[in-house]
Amino acid sequence: MNIEEIRKDFPLLENRDIAYLDNGATTQKPIQVINTIKEFYEKYNANPHRGAYTLSVEATEVYENTRTKIAKFINAKHREEIIFSKNATESLNLIAYSYGMDSLKKDDEVVISIMEHHSNLVPWQKVTKITGSKLNYMYINNDYELSDKEIETKITDKTKIVGISHVSNALGTINNVKKIIKYAHKRGAIVLVDASQSIPHMKIDVQELDADFLVFSGHKMLAPLGIGVLYGKRELLNTMTPFLMGGDMIEYVYEQDTTFAPLPNKFEAGTQNVEGVVGFGAAIDYIEKIGYDKIQKIENELLTYARQKLSNLDYLNLYLTPNEENHSGVISFNIKGVHSHDVASILDSQGVCVRSGNHCTQPLMRFLGIDSTCRASFYFYNTKEDVDRLVEALDKAYNMFKTYIK
Amino acid sequence: MEDLTEVYNELIMEHSMNSYNKKKLENATCSEMGHNPNCGDEITLELKLDGDIIEDMAFSGHGCAISQASTSIMIDTLKGKTINEAKQIIKTFIDMIKRETKNEEELEKLEEAIAFRNVSNMPSRVKCALLAWHTLEDMFERKKF
Repeated sequence: MNIEEIRKDFPLLENRDIAYLDNGATTQKPIQVINTIKEFYEKYNANPHRGAYTLSVEATEVYENTRTKIAKFINAKHREEIIFSKNATESLNLIAYSYGMDSLKKDDEVVISIMEHHSNLVPWQKVTKITGSKLNYMYINNDYELSDKEIETKITDKTKIVGISHVSNALGTINNVKKIIKYAHKRGAIVLVDASQSIPHMKIDVQELDADFLVFSGHKMLAPLGIGVLYGKRELLNTMTPFLMGGDMIEYVYEQDTTFAPLPNKFEAGTQNVEGVVGFGAAIDYIEKIGYDKIQKIENELLTYARQKLSNLDYLNLYLTPNEENHSGVISFNIKGVHSHDVASILDSQGVCVRSGNHCTQPLMRFLGIDSTCRASFYFYNTKEDVDRLVEALDKAYNMFKTYIK
Repeated sequence: MEDLTEVYNELIMEHSMNSYNKKKLENATCSEMGHNPNCGDEITLELKLDGDIIEDMAFSGHGCAISQASTSIMIDTLKGKTINEAKQIIKTFIDMIKRETKNEEELEKLEEAIAFRNVSNMPSRVKCALLAWHTLEDMFERKKF
């Protein structure tokens, strides 16, 4: 499939004359995903795990088949290691409450990086405060990367949990999670990987990484909004208490006591987002049809082009690693002396969609000594023309402001 | 897509980038911080009263061009007014941005602040334009002026 054929699969890209460069926030959806959801409601809609009738059995099948598909997709050892959630945020909260709250003791340490999204930061503040444990940070160097020294200084024998994003949503830095996991395991800590910004772009193999937990959201990888995944090693998930209580996650309920269902149902209380799960399955089919090799090839070319073009604009501050092999998906920048929201509004008026603000990474922004950035984030359906439109719109924004910039 | 020079006009640009109202006040009567947590805009308003007349006002902080210019122009507009007059003008400004008034007679009282009229066409930036006005409104309410 060439890029024109790929783009034809995305109705929104056909319907709107925009350069959509906010894929780090959410991606557009291919017609195959949209049609699968439509087909589910037209042919299979019923509440899974509930009814004895054929329709409900079929709804259960499409739901559970997607679990198997996702397990294979990330090479999980067991299908019940895949728990469906609302999004990566809910998956992270589940880990913080059901694992962190129960296992952390006074003076234990949780280590995260300064580039974590608030969703992998705020829950740990709460859990460490309640358990009397400590929250420590790994900071980035001048290349916007975590150095080996920083990793090895911050992860100590007191560290019980390490939380790390695979790819930073604000900087695009790829963290060497395999190395971090190996080092943390040596020190006796478990590691959770936030793969929200990596799995849309690169193959993830949880067994090869030896990740203890790994989370991601469907909507950043072509699936519908409101569906996410928690992967956890079976032996860990089995020891954990449920996060949400209610229907379908129980075994026997008495007036005063309850026994819980085995994995994965233990962590899936209440009626699930079946439409989301089914759409997620179609999204994975689409990604596999294109193939990660091709996705990487397209994106690497695009990113190299964008890095080059944006580096030529001397009115920009860029916040990105100089090491191209450690960079994926997003480019953060500011027009010197101009606020990111003003730039984003002017880009918007030129049909260029970028995110502006702190990207849910306030501690990172504070560490960098800035309020906010503009962020252009790419996916495999973006083109060099999208980058050219971005550059042209940036020139226009700069020209509007330049006579006033102090 | 609309032409943004209507919003980013000369007056707004000048006030946002080089405001003479961005300073510290000697002997301020009171001050109030306002912020938009989602975008990180943060301003502190300082107010000096002479009886119920706003004798002087100044601001510090940081944010986008629209929030900065709106703060500066609000100060120009309200300086010398009584607190009650200021409350009325604040209400008119908020109504204008939320498109809840088209009363030209009322709008005239906004003086230069009418320059923000087109921000009402940019829903994502409404809160930037309103930051200072809401902050001052809060200050009046909290201090029971």
